[in-house]
Amino acid sequence: MNRMVPPPPTPSHVTEDGRAIGPVLMELRNITLRFGGVVAIKDISFDIREGEIRAIIGPNGAGKSSMLNVISGFYRPTEGEVWFEGARRPPMRPYKVARQGIARTFQNIALFSGMSTLDNIMTGRITRMRSSLLSQALWWGPAEREESAHREAVEKIIDFLEIQHIRKTPVGRLPYGLQKRVELGRALAAEPRLLLLDEPMAGMNVEEKEDMSRFILDVNDEFGTTIVLIEHDMGVVMDLSDRVVVMDYGRKIGDGPPEEVRASKDVIDAYLGVAHD
Amino acid sequence: MTDLLYAVEVMINGLMAGVLYALVALGFVLIFKASGIFNYAQGVLALFAALTLVGLQEGQVPFAHLINAALGTDLHHFGWQLPAVVAIVLTVGVMVLLAIAIERLILKHLVNQAPIILFMATIGLAYFLEGFGDIMWGADIKTLDVGLPQGGSAWLEQATAGWGSDEFYGFFIDRLDIVATLVAAVLVISLTLFSQFSKQGRALRAVADDHQAALSVGISLRFIWVLVWSIAGIVALVAGIMWGAKSGVQFSLSLIALKALPVLMLGGFTSIPGAIVGGLIIGVGEKLFEFTVGPMIGGATENWFAYVLALVFLVFRPQGLFGERIIERV
Ligand SMILES: Nc1ncnc2c1ncn2[C@@H]1O[C@H](COP(=O)(O)OP(=O)(O)O)[C@@H](O)[C@H]1O
Ligand SMILES: [Mg+2]
Repeated sequence: MNRMVPPPPTPSHVTEDGRAIGPVLMELRNITLRFGGVVAIKDISFDIREGEIRAIIGPNGAGKSSMLNVISGFYRPTEGEVWFEGARRPPMRPYKVARQGIARTFQNIALFSGMSTLDNIMTGRITRMRSSLLSQALWWGPAEREESAHREAVEKIIDFLEIQHIRKTPVGRLPYGLQKRVELGRALAAEPRLLLLDEPMAGMNVEEKEDMSRFILDVNDEFGTTIVLIEHDMGVVMDLSDRVVVMDYGRKIGDGPPEEVRASKDVIDAYLGVAHD
Repeated sequence: MTDLLYAVEVMINGLMAGVLYALVALGFVLIFKASGIFNYAQGVLALFAALTLVGLQEGQVPFAHLINAALGTDLHHFGWQLPAVVAIVLTVGVMVLLAIAIERLILKHLVNQAPIILFMATIGLAYFLEGFGDIMWGADIKTLDVGLPQGGSAWLEQATAGWGSDEFYGFFIDRLDIVATLVAAVLVISLTLFSQFSKQGRALRAVADDHQAALSVGISLRFIWVLVWSIAGIVALVAGIMWGAKSGVQFSLSLIALKALPVLMLGGFTSIPGAIVGGLIIGVGEKLFEFTVGPMIGGATENWFAYVLALVFLVFRPQGLFGERIIERV
């Protein structure tokens, strides 16, 4: 995708591999989330900086998806505050969060299964569509120009994700790995400021995982998109992320660069001591 | 030969009746697709729309009985007569307000409830609207006249008279049916264009497909629900106008919903083309059946034929003609 790349933010931190990491984009302060008696998240705080890939890892049931749902507005935290772009975010419905430029994928894939790949990705641009109902109905010039601009953006994403061959296929018929890719495409179509990926590589074979890793890195590199990545596979996380939050039983047990986190005793205990798939 | 021509006439009339069934079924399909709700109130919605249209057009004072009873006044009419177009536009406005009220007062509080709960809510809505319509506009039978042509098409009758043999008097087709067909065609085409090419139409399809995914791309479910109920209200208005012009505006108008049920069984609950084709099949089927078999078994087959046809059909294709495949998960 050869779109205009925004100028890199003033680096306030540069990672070892030389990527620039900017100021805080989102901050989670003392988030607690309860479902009846179950405490899914226990008083967790961390921040997400512009341009970074921030991983959240932890065994099954640690509360990773719940955290992503809090960020994207699908869950409302029982306690705590979400700060976005320097302001405290009031409790907000998911569609409003999306309109603020936060796009996401789901652990259990949520696609429009009756629609084609193209239409699914096009739907990702809904928040960017402007034309009024009337002008669209009458197919006035501006509406037509807008439509073709959106199509162009979608085609670029399709090229970028190398899914030209399934453009017209109803996504319900696609294999799992490709569905995950389409879902990423739909999230990208919104040109988000913050991209939330819930286990984008789960259930993939090695080759598919490599492709997906490459796409994630490219999105981050080329467009400077900030990414929150939930991942099970420790190896993948080490390769991709700039900083890692480690969760276990709803608590945060580690936070820092991947090497540091991997060396931490708490993390080793949680990861090696607890059975997970 | 003449018999054949009469059969053709019966078939054409069946097609026209089918268009009206399709129109009612369309209202069901729209709401069912977008929210998974089987809207029991769709028929009453048509009645309410027709009542409102007549009331506005004739300048009736809404809630006149109530006001008179409370204040001892004797209000009934404002004394003006609105042009049909103005009254229709205002009625569309009322249907949109009704959609907003339904969302605010009912749907909003039932998010994530089981479909059966939502279905029961629409039963409640149907009874409420029925009574509300009575209180607002009175329970008397009203004639609806928005200037649609009525009666057989003399032109068509003359042009086709004498076909085959002198015994054939020409096709008799109600002009109202012709207009209804044209209006329905325009409505379906605009709905299709809207759904395929507009931002809101795209959002509507998205919500119909997956709520979570729709939310994640920034679509407000509540807005979409108001939108589909508004559209369903407008479709109900069109159906109400056609049926009302034919047989007056009265309670029985809400029973056209009963005709939509077999149409839905035939066409599938989620398919707009299904509603149309299903409507046409039922319309033609019941008229032809009445024409051919009816005389042998004492007539009045139109009351039950549609259901029998739908039931037979269900046995072979439970998802309907165009409905999505039902796949049992094991
Ligand atoms: N909607 C919900 N209702 C009730 N409990 C939930 C819900 N979502 C998550 N939980 C619970 O919260 C805990 C954390 O789950 P989750 O966030 O999915 O973990 P992870 O993504 O790390 O595997 C689990 O015990 C899970 O059962
Ligand atoms: Mg999870």
